[in-house]
Amino acid sequence: MNARVLDRTLIYGIAVLLAVWVLIPFYIIAISAFTPQAKIFDYPKPLIPTTFSTETMQFFVDARGVIPSVLNSVLVAVFTIVFGLALGTPAGYALARFHFRGREAFQVIVLATKMFPIAILSIPLAVTFLQLGLYDNLVSVALVHTAMALPFIILVTGGVFVAVSHELEEAAQTLGCSRWGAFLRVALPLALPGLAAAAIFTFVVSWNEVFAATILTLRTRTLPAQVLAGLGTSPLGFKFAGGLFMALPAVVFIFMIRRYLINLWGSR
Amino acid sequence: MSGIGIQNATKLFGKTQALKGISIDIRDGEFMVLLGPSGCGKTTLLRCVAGLERLDGGNVRIGERDVTDLAPRHRNIAMVFQSYAVFPHMTVAGNIGFGLRMHRVPKAQVDTRVREGAELLGLSPFLERYPAQLSGGQRQRVAVARALVMDAPVLLMDEPLSNLDALLRLQARADLKRLHKEVKRTTIYVTHDQVEAMSMGDRIAVMREGSIEQIGAPMDIYDNPASQFVGGFIGSPPMNFLRGAVRDGNFAGEGFSVPMSRPRVDLQGREIVLGVRAEHITIGADGVPARVLVVEPLGSHALVTALVGKTAVKVQAPIDVGVRPDQAINLRFDEATVRWMDAGTGAAVQH
Amino acid sequence: MRARAEHVLPFTLLLPSVAFLALLIVIPMFQALLLAFVAEKGGFTLEHFQQMFGDVNFGDAWRNTLLLLLLIVPLQLVLALAMALLVNSRFRGYGFFLYIYAIPLAISDLAAGILWLAVFTERGYLNSALQSAGVIQQPILFLSFENFPGILSAIVIAESWRATAIVLLILVAGLQLIPRDYFEAADLFGADRIRRTIHVVLPLLRPSLQSALIIRTIFAFQTFAVVFALAGRNMPVLAGEAYVWYAGNRNEHLAATYAVLLLGLTACVTVIYLRVLGLREAEVQR
Repeated sequence: MNARVLDRTLIYGIAVLLAVWVLIPFYIIAISAFTPQAKIFDYPKPLIPTTFSTETMQFFVDARGVIPSVLNSVLVAVFTIVFGLALGTPAGYALARFHFRGREAFQVIVLATKMFPIAILSIPLAVTFLQLGLYDNLVSVALVHTAMALPFIILVTGGVFVAVSHELEEAAQTLGCSRWGAFLRVALPLALPGLAAAAIFTFVVSWNEVFAATILTLRTRTLPAQVLAGLGTSPLGFKFAGGLFMALPAVVFIFMIRRYLINLWGSR
Repeated sequence: MSGIGIQNATKLFGKTQALKGISIDIRDGEFMVLLGPSGCGKTTLLRCVAGLERLDGGNVRIGERDVTDLAPRHRNIAMVFQSYAVFPHMTVAGNIGFGLRMHRVPKAQVDTRVREGAELLGLSPFLERYPAQLSGGQRQRVAVARALVMDAPVLLMDEPLSNLDALLRLQARADLKRLHKEVKRTTIYVTHDQVEAMSMGDRIAVMREGSIEQIGAPMDIYDNPASQFVGGFIGSPPMNFLRGAVRDGNFAGEGFSVPMSRPRVDLQGREIVLGVRAEHITIGADGVPARVLVVEPLGSHALVTALVGKTAVKVQAPIDVGVRPDQAINLRFDEATVRWMDAGTGAAVQH
Repeated sequence: MRARAEHVLPFTLLLPSVAFLALLIVIPMFQALLLAFVAEKGGFTLEHFQQMFGDVNFGDAWRNTLLLLLLIVPLQLVLALAMALLVNSRFRGYGFFLYIYAIPLAISDLAAGILWLAVFTERGYLNSALQSAGVIQQPILFLSFENFPGILSAIVIAESWRATAIVLLILVAGLQLIPRDYFEAADLFGADRIRRTIHVVLPLLRPSLQSALIIRTIFAFQTFAVVFALAGRNMPVLAGEAYVWYAGNRNEHLAATYAVLLLGLTACVTVIYLRVLGLREAEVQR
């Protein structure tokens, strides 16, 4: 009995300790970003803030290029979602429904691209895009982000369509739908929550990506590219506010798709 | 009008031949059961009729039309799936009316026919519910209603009762049989359950390894199985088989000898198999000696398993038969019902 | 006719994504090789590589990248394994903790660097806490270019904090594939928790551990924004040099040469892991 209680206490103790380790930086960036400008260099700082101010956040939002870069980030993410789902959903569907020759080979390709350092390829791509007149263009950034997100989208949508019984589509076909109609009326509506999760994860990938966004743009910066470019020169408060600004949407979105997280990195 | 003709149908899955040249003619309004163990090709054949699988050879005709190359929706069929395939994102009414809406039937008419279909299957109280709120039996009835309201001349059913528990299955079986009497659609019904096949089918096609072993009315197949396989598959318990040879007016095998009152010249000297049903064996004072292994009282009768030579034989005996395990008994086979099969091929020998 | 259409359909569905990936991976790869190996006036050259090897920052970048890799990857594996095993014990509320542990997955390396900057900066919260507790009298300059161990630790901590989540998810998924029976069987034979972990769980988890190892090692080569956020240019790393040569010095040839080097390293690491660990393709796919 006593050993059991001890066991329990140990498990929860470690679990809480690890949770604190994960959560502490969020707390610190939050209190940093809401510290008034004048107090940023106070030392030592209290761990429980005595003053709260949106002044630093305001300063960040008002800074030149920040609002446009947020809009750019959102645009790139939306493009990436559109490209990624348009390309990845058919592939995921094919993996879920057909046993065709070359299926394993395709899975290896997907797996390999999941690990491939695509961002590094932005350097030669930048040269190509420059020649094609696509440089400093949000669409080109979205293309690279699509390549990075595509393997994940294929894996998630594949899993989603496996969960939608094939017999449902067949039933729709016997009831008067074409193959395409059966997909639209039956498989797609049922897959929608999973596809939404894939879209959200794609958003997070794109929203967070720094390397390609920085290399491929000059003036049309995304938020991370804007923050990175200003790292050397901008004041601490600007960085903290930027850090919080980048982190928050991603955290909210990850919360929304928590059920699908294991599929993203785990299974084939 | 809407019979179904299948001619020389072949289907390959990779290197395995799922259908090896099957031909059946199903009459208009007939209830045809495809019966066989799993992997015999019965579901594949049904799916080929539905158009969900493509034939590699041969053709399918529905009514006067060759439908071999048509998509499912152009075949004028309705189908009930093993998993029911009820759409989870639509209400019962939405499910039943789905096919009608796809065929652009006017809304008022859809409503009427949905209500009629629901009435027919006792689903009226559930029209606005979603499948997740229904029991397995109710979902199965939604699938049947959805197929019936289509008024398609051909109804295809793929083991529609196999996911129901035993008691419900009995009820649903009777319901389906009643429905067929009312609507008289040409029906192909796939099952691996020989009791279902016997009780429902106008005719049964027994399939094995991609071929049809025998087609006939249930009792015909029961009484005159075309092969050892059919005799063993149909009936509970399955037909008893004794292997031996005919010599000097006796059928003799390992450790037993059965006298034959009517000598069969054609069987003389051949390695053959005697097939006899449990209810055609009586335990009496004389006959073939046997030793009782097990006695199973089943309420209406008792099932006695006895060893004849080295072969176990099942005997349907009166419930008060009064034999015990290890007891020596004598068995008499009703000679008129005994069937003979070739020991090599398993095929029945004509009498 | 229709039978043939059925055969073609899966390939039609796959074609767009395969073509897209080929376009965005194969073509830039060739372009990178061209930029790295072809001289400005045309013709094959090793000049860019010589320039790269001869650069003042190259040696440091190379050393720092390897050092970070050797420190971060094992730390992450241990941390993630602890989290995964904890979560897998399915104690009440484990789902909540799994979500918490997975949160950093949503954080970019840049944001992670900035989050930890708030901790490690001279007048940041670590110094504040230490000083309030009376451990130190003067703030420690963790991120000064003179304090290499300080910078290194800060980066290792920030990057481990961020990317442990990925390893965790790979391991949790791997643990889910192990039937619960194995755990119960181990209980029956009297294995206590630690021995059970070593003798039953870890061997079964090997494929997941291996793929986590490969993925993390490859990603470690790309570490750069977290370094920039915490150390600026005080700590050169390979991916950072590629960025600086492109964006700062406007020399796409040298930048591409770094890219080729990183691609080469990625390929080498994959091959070495596959060889040394005796990984079969089927296992990588897990």
